[in-house]
Amino acid sequence: MELFVAQIITGLANASSLFLVACGLSLIFGVTRIVNFAHGSLYMLGAYIGYSLMQVLPGAFGFWGAILLAGIAVGLVGVLVEMLVLRPVYRAPELFQLVATFGVILVVQDLALIIWGPEDLLGPRAPGLRGVYRIMGEPIPKYDIVLLLITPFIALALWYLIARTRLGVLVRAATQDREMVGALGVNQAWLFTGVFALGSALAGLGGALQLPKGGADLLMDFNILAPVFVVVVIGGMGSLPGAYLAAIIISVLNVFGVTYLPQSTLVLMFVVMIVVLMIRPYGLFGREEVAGEHGQVGEPELPIKPASPNVRMIVAAGLIILALLPLYGSSFSQVLATDILIFCLFAASLHFLLGLGGLVSFGHAAYYGGGAYVAALLVTHADSPMELAFLLAPLGAGLAALAIGWVCLRLTGVYFAMLTLAFAQLLWSLVFQWGDVTGGDDGLVNLWPADWLNDTTVYFYFTLLFAVGGILMLRHVAHSPFGYALRAARDSQRQAESTGIDTRRVQLLAFGFAGLMGGLAGALFVFSKGSVFPNELEIARSFDALIVVFLGGVKTLAGGVVGGAFFKGVEDILTRFEYWRLVMGFLIIFVVILAPEGIAGSMRKLVRRLQSSKTGGSQ
Amino acid sequence: MLEIDNINSFYGKAHVLRDLSFSVPRGKVVALLGRNGAGKTTTMKSIMQLVRPETGRIQFGDHAIVGLPPHKVAKLGMGYVPEERRVFTDLTVAENLLVGRQPPREGAVTWTEEMLFELFPNLAERRNNRGKALSGGEQQMLTIARTLMGNPSFVLLDEPSEGVAPVIVEQMAKVIQQLKSEGLTVLLSEQNLHFAQAVADLAVIIESGAQVFYGSLTELNAKPEIRDAYLAA
Repeated sequence: MELFVAQIITGLANASSLFLVACGLSLIFGVTRIVNFAHGSLYMLGAYIGYSLMQVLPGAFGFWGAILLAGIAVGLVGVLVEMLVLRPVYRAPELFQLVATFGVILVVQDLALIIWGPEDLLGPRAPGLRGVYRIMGEPIPKYDIVLLLITPFIALALWYLIARTRLGVLVRAATQDREMVGALGVNQAWLFTGVFALGSALAGLGGALQLPKGGADLLMDFNILAPVFVVVVIGGMGSLPGAYLAAIIISVLNVFGVTYLPQSTLVLMFVVMIVVLMIRPYGLFGREEVAGEHGQVGEPELPIKPASPNVRMIVAAGLIILALLPLYGSSFSQVLATDILIFCLFAASLHFLLGLGGLVSFGHAAYYGGGAYVAALLVTHADSPMELAFLLAPLGAGLAALAIGWVCLRLTGVYFAMLTLAFAQLLWSLVFQWGDVTGGDDGLVNLWPADWLNDTTVYFYFTLLFAVGGILMLRHVAHSPFGYALRAARDSQRQAESTGIDTRRVQLLAFGFAGLMGGLAGALFVFSKGSVFPNELEIARSFDALIVVFLGGVKTLAGGVVGGAFFKGVEDILTRFEYWRLVMGFLIIFVVILAPEGIAGSMRKLVRRLQSSKTGGSQ
Repeated sequence: MLEIDNINSFYGKAHVLRDLSFSVPRGKVVALLGRNGAGKTTTMKSIMQLVRPETGRIQFGDHAIVGLPPHKVAKLGMGYVPEERRVFTDLTVAENLLVGRQPPREGAVTWTEEMLFELFPNLAERRNNRGKALSGGEQQMLTIARTLMGNPSFVLLDEPSEGVAPVIVEQMAKVIQQLKSEGLTVLLSEQNLHFAQAVADLAVIIESGAQVFYGSLTELNAKPEIRDAYLAA
């Protein structure tokens, strides 16, 4: 009983940072419709800035002042991000802004590394709150009690701001119909900036507030992202009480998990989320997202068409040049080309889902890494021959995708996206924590291809065959009746249904097919490297694929492939530098601002403009 | 007060307004008439800059407004009451009004919540109800009241009589007359000719995005062939 109470108290104390960060994310999404992936980075910045301030400012006043100042500083960072990075791309196609926020993550990661160094920083204790209180005999850190007591006040203050002030009213109105708010004379640009600043400040506050408990390190940004998404989704997008309740549930659960089920702490959170969403699809306090509410109006989609003879010739020529690579390229260039091909297939499989199906999966690494692990586990534990493992891996990934898709497709929009991310994290946690089987963090090694393939050049041709074959198959399906049905379901579910298309079935099959192709890429990957580690399943890998698809261009069929080749190529050059993330981040932000339709999309537009000016057309 | 000069507006590639020109004199109620799909709502949105005309000029008072963001147009004194009502359904009636509130404007009535509740008595009882709990007619009144909170000198009313009960339509007519008597200028888009005749001084008829008639309602009544050709019976 004593331990039970003590654990509840610890859980409640842990909930406070999570709550603040989740509130910020949810506020920003509500008004700007941007899922701010960089929110974890703002949280991390809050911790680092708070740490530095606490070194300079003395005493209790300095400690609490530092927390407050860290919040304000991160709020200002948020203003910068909003004005410099996001403002130029608000008119870009929906979700494109994600890529920009991802660029911000990379930039912040390296900036933090440059300023604060690679060592984990131990957070200072709060002055005057160093000891413990004994509650029913159990020691509880004093700081936990303070956190526990002040969090409701912060929540109350936030609630007052949102429910009772004009700013709050404007925020809620804009969440529903921002165009109308603008037409009533409210400058949306400043409202967006203000909300972004507030949301960022909350993240920064959350980061600084947890310093005495968790310190500051460079992994904080991604580590907080999954729990925050979970809290927002469980609580219901945009609901303050929901976020508070969900933060408490998750935090308390975590504390109990550490005590009773130490092997499954990470998994537990996702299980709870899945259960909640099965019962309440829009979270505890969320409301249904109505598609097609007054929001941004995109340009009408251009119909996709089969490649023109010119394009076919270029692609064929490119393939021939690629196929002849072993004749003129080094063995290193063949390894690089193998990497790029695998990545292109992975990106193309996500593009199929996202571009054609309109199904935004934030967790596509689940199938890529999943395929890799299926193959690796078969070889390691079942002594399966490589060929068999290679064939079964995509099937395993496809089946996993069918199962996950079956659950996720009950939801739409951002809930769907976040649920896919949660499932990917669930798989990652399983692999990470189930060390006996998966090797945990040490991964699985010694997974070489069969003898006849165990040669760089031969494996390059093997990859070329399967990657190009896979991409062509995806393309082929896009132009098949199934592809039409999928696009119909994307553009208007209701109309598609009324013409007799079982949209859910079509989308589920597409999900499975994309998973299959992702798994194929994973299987190619695992035997090219001879090993697999949990990071093939992590959020960053899913984000890589997302970036590539958006950068390549969602609306062009070649988007995934072009983006994949570009990204992998650039990454290979950049990773030779120490601060490559910084450069990569700025590059991504740059491309986003300069080419809001993606590389392939913008190139197509350019070509069309050149063509029309050549023929003298005035349109 | 409002001069629309040769504007062309598009939705994507669809050319909706074609060299449209007309003017709205200060203190008058002008009815914008035309069939479904003639371009009435696009005209309203083009004035508000929610749809940006590709060519042409719009002069509002001393300002050329093409290219301004919608909130700046609103700040100049243009009030916009959209066709689809677009009440903030999660907000209460009072909160909806708060969103519309703007500082007082010289030469225009300064509206308060109390004055608006006098104008729309139904809303007073509903003050703390959420927008989604309101009937269609009440929502229509709320959109008008919300726009008036911005103390506009000019109001764009997009089909206020559409889909509301006849008794509400009558009330709308009274409200428009009162707005006119307070010195406001109104551009009212309508399909209901009777309603327009009850409140408007002038009429513009558009067909396929181009102007086909501009004149007083007396003139319009004298030309039944125009009415028959361009307005639904």
